[in-house]
Amino acid sequence: MNTFTYYPGCTLRTKAKDLDVYARSSAEALGITLEEPENWQCCGGAYTTAKDEIATKLSAVRTLNAAKEAGRPLITVCSACHNVIKQTNYDISNDEEMAAKVNNYLKLDEAYIGETTVYHYLEMLRDVVGFDNLKKKVVNSFKGKKIAAYYGCLLLRPSKALAMDDPENPSIMEDFIKAIGGTPVIYAQRNECCGGYITMEDKAQASKRSAKVMDSAQEQGADIIITACPLCLYNLKKNSGSDLPVYYFTELLAEALGLKEANNE
Amino acid sequence: MNNNLKEQVLRSSGVNVLKCMRCGKCSGTCPSYDEMEYHPHQFVYMVEKGDIETLMNSKSIYKCLTCFACVDRCPRNVEPAKVVEAVRLATIRKQGNNHLIADNIPEMLDEDLPQQAIVTAFRKYTK
Ligand code: SF4
Ligand code: SF4
Ligand code: SF4
Ligand code: SF4
Repeated sequence: MNTFTYYPGCTLRTKAKDLDVYARSSAEALGITLEEPENWQCCGGAYTTAKDEIATKLSAVRTLNAAKEAGRPLITVCSACHNVIKQTNYDISNDEEMAAKVNNYLKLDEAYIGETTVYHYLEMLRDVVGFDNLKKKVVNSFKGKKIAAYYGCLLLRPSKALAMDDPENPSIMEDFIKAIGGTPVIYAQRNECCGGYITMEDKAQASKRSAKVMDSAQEQGADIIITACPLCLYNLKKNSGSDLPVYYFTELLAEALGLKEANNE
Repeated sequence: MNNNLKEQVLRSSGVNVLKCMRCGKCSGTCPSYDEMEYHPHQFVYMVEKGDIETLMNSKSIYKCLTCFACVDRCPRNVEPAKVVEAVRLATIRKQGNNHLIADNIPEMLDEDLPQQAIVTAFRKYTK
């Protein structure tokens, strides 16, 4: 039961290696085996909600079906992959016409109709490992650190498809922060979008949005801010003009578990 | 008023614009409000009126962040972001209307930009 199909996504192979490397080493230390399917394809980065868009949904369905064939739940860690894959799975399960069109294209041995369970890595920590168990494995506590969790938009919404947490008052990342010994910082912008998606279209807008998020966290006294999204990390670091340090949550996890050789900050 | 386009946008988005009670909550929560000429509730209303071409010609269709705030916070479950996307698709599906030109990409890149940003821009702005 503790083996999962793991979808890293294209960005985790390139610019966001830290998010991936620490996710893998931490999972191993927690007794979770992550198995990557062969030949996965990039999910496309944004879910196309349109009902007459079929081709753009196929790569996510192939990944979901690979997990189904392996007989395992699917784990993702990048917020964007997670959003695309969960929305795809939701629509395949609830929209018969769409499911039929997708299956016409794919010609699988058996039609895929939403059988796979999808977990975000954080959900795996909460629901499979358990935050209490995680706490017991912490060797480098973040005691005294004020940590702001940044959900952004993709982890929580649309909530009927994502179904990870209360979209307006989430707690999964704060519970993670507590488990590694830190003090969570609650701030108004934690579940508002940073504007990362618009960075190539309108940099000024991306700067304005990301500055708003960073200022909101800093005003509440955050020492650092954590995210699961490579685009958030980029946007908050590069476009906001703020010097509040931004990390992937997996990096803090690996450090708490004593898996990072590097000395503590 | 263009009934063909209206039909196409309704079908593609799957949205029932008649459910909207014009409370404006979607626009109130939209992080792109200042950048948009037409706001999410106006998209819903203008599609209902069949005024699709005005929306197709507005830069507003490229300003949506796909953050789904309007989708989650609409009290009537109208899902305005799906309308914005359907109008954008109606525009970029036309020959020669890609909003992102591959040749212009190299100058937009910096060494830290994640693949995700590029892949997503292609998905959102091109056909
Ligand atoms: S979300 Fe991004 S990083 Fe993840 S696979 Fe899709 S495009 Fe690549
Ligand atoms: S980069 Fe911005 S747009 Fe993307 S998830 Fe993060 S918050 Fe949302
Ligand atoms: S929030 Fe919903 S009901 Fe209110 S104006 Fe927007 S679409 Fe209409
Ligand atoms: S999805 Fe688009 S229209 Fe809706 S709130 Fe977000 S930015 Fe505004």
